[in-house]
Amino acid sequence: MSVHEQFAEDLALLALGSLEGDERQVLERHLQECAACRRELEALRGDMALLSLSTAGPKPPGRSRERLMAAIAREPRRASARRWWWMLAPSLAAAGLALMVVLLGRQNSGLREQIAGMQSDAAAQQVELRRAREIVSTLTTSDAMRVTLVAAKTAPQPQGKAIYVRDRSSLIFIASNLPAAPPQKAYELWLIPSSGAPIPAGVFKPDVHGSAAVVNPPLPVGVEAKAFALTIEPEAGSTTPTMPIVMLGAGE
Amino acid sequence: MSPAEPRAGLSDAALVAAIRSGKESAMAELYDRYSAVVYSVSLRVLGDTGAAEDVLQEVFLQLWRNPDLFDSSRGNLAPWLAVIARNRSIDGLRKRRPESDVEDVLLSVEPDMAGDADRAMAMTKVRTVLGGMPAAQRSALEMAYFEGLSHSEIAAKTGEPLGTVKTRIRTGLLALRKAFQT
Repeated sequence: MSVHEQFAEDLALLALGSLEGDERQVLERHLQECAACRRELEALRGDMALLSLSTAGPKPPGRSRERLMAAIAREPRRASARRWWWMLAPSLAAAGLALMVVLLGRQNSGLREQIAGMQSDAAAQQVELRRAREIVSTLTTSDAMRVTLVAAKTAPQPQGKAIYVRDRSSLIFIASNLPAAPPQKAYELWLIPSSGAPIPAGVFKPDVHGSAAVVNPPLPVGVEAKAFALTIEPEAGSTTPTMPIVMLGAGE
Repeated sequence: MSPAEPRAGLSDAALVAAIRSGKESAMAELYDRYSAVVYSVSLRVLGDTGAAEDVLQEVFLQLWRNPDLFDSSRGNLAPWLAVIARNRSIDGLRKRRPESDVEDVLLSVEPDMAGDADRAMAMTKVRTVLGGMPAAQRSALEMAYFEGLSHSEIAAKTGEPLGTVKTRIRTGLLALRKAFQT
C-alpha cells in the first residue's frame, strides 16, 4: 500500500485515538486529500478490532439480552423503514426543488425566446399594418387627389376599379367622375358570381368631386366573381339589382 | 470458547437490513452472535461488569436506532461493534463525554466473523500472534488499545523513547494484519 511513510506511525495512533494536537491536525488535513492513507487508517482500525478478540471469553448475563430487547420494544418505531425513508425526505425534497429550479429555468428561457419571437413578429406585423393602412387611406381618403388619365381630348368618363381577392373575401372599389346620385338614391355595387344571383357589395354616394370608395363590404366567403356592376338603388340599398346597370366590368 | 457448529444464518448485511425495517428478531440474532465480543472488550477496558453491561446495551441500541451507520460493504459487523464498544468504554474510563462519533468509525477487516467457528478461529489466531510478540510490544499495544493511553503516556509509564513506542504500536498492528492475510 502506497501510504505516505511520514504518516505511517501517526496513522496507527490516530486509529487508536491517541494522536493529539498539531500532529493530529496535520494528519487529518492530509487524510482529506489522500485516499491511500484513508484506506490504511481503515485497515489499521480493522487490525485493532482484532485485538478485541483476544479478550473474548466472558459472556454477558442473560438479563442483558432481556434488557436490550425490552428497551428496543419501548423505542418509538424510529428504526423502521418508515423512519429510514423519512430521513431521506429532506434530501428528496431538496432534489425535487433543484429539479424544479432547472425545469422552471428551462421553461423560463423557452418562454423568453417565445416572447422575443412574438415581439419581432408583432413588430413586423405593425410595419405591414402601417403600410396597408397607408395604401387604404391613400386609396380612400377624401383629401386624395384622384387623376384619371384618358386619351387626350376626351371628356372625363365615370370610372370604377374593383380589386377583389376571393380567398379573403376582400374587396376594394374606387370610383371617380361619378355623377351625383338622384335624391333619396345611392349607388350600389354588385358582385356578379360565376353562377347565381348578384350579391350586394356595398351602398355609397360619391363626394362632390364624383369620387367614392367601398372597402371590404360584408361578402360571403370564397365566391368566384365573374364581374362587378353598379346600379342606382334606394339609399338603404336593395337585395336585387334594379335595372339599368350604370357600370359593368368583368375580371381580366 | 469451544468451537461451535458453523451457523447457517443470515449474513450480517441481511440482518442489518432487517433491523432497518424494524425487525426485532434480527436484532436478537445479532445480539446472540456478537454480544460476547462487545461485552468482553468493554469488560476488559472497564473492569466492571455493570459498566460493561451498560456499554453493551448502548452499543446495540445505537445499532437499532441507526443501522445505516454500519457500512456492510467494508466488512462484517463484529469488528465494527468491537471498536465502537472499545471507544465507548475508553470514554467511560476517562470520564469524558463520548468524543468519538460512531459515524467516524470506518474500518475494514479481512476475516469473516459471522459464524461462531470463524470467530473462534480468529480469536485463537489473535492470541497466538500476541503470545508470540515481544512483551514490551504486546504491552504497548494493550495499553494503547485497552487502557486508551496515548503514546506519550505509554512512553512516560515505560520510560521508553516516544519513537520506540510509536513504532511498536504500528508494527504490532501490522503483525496482526499479516497473520490474517493468507
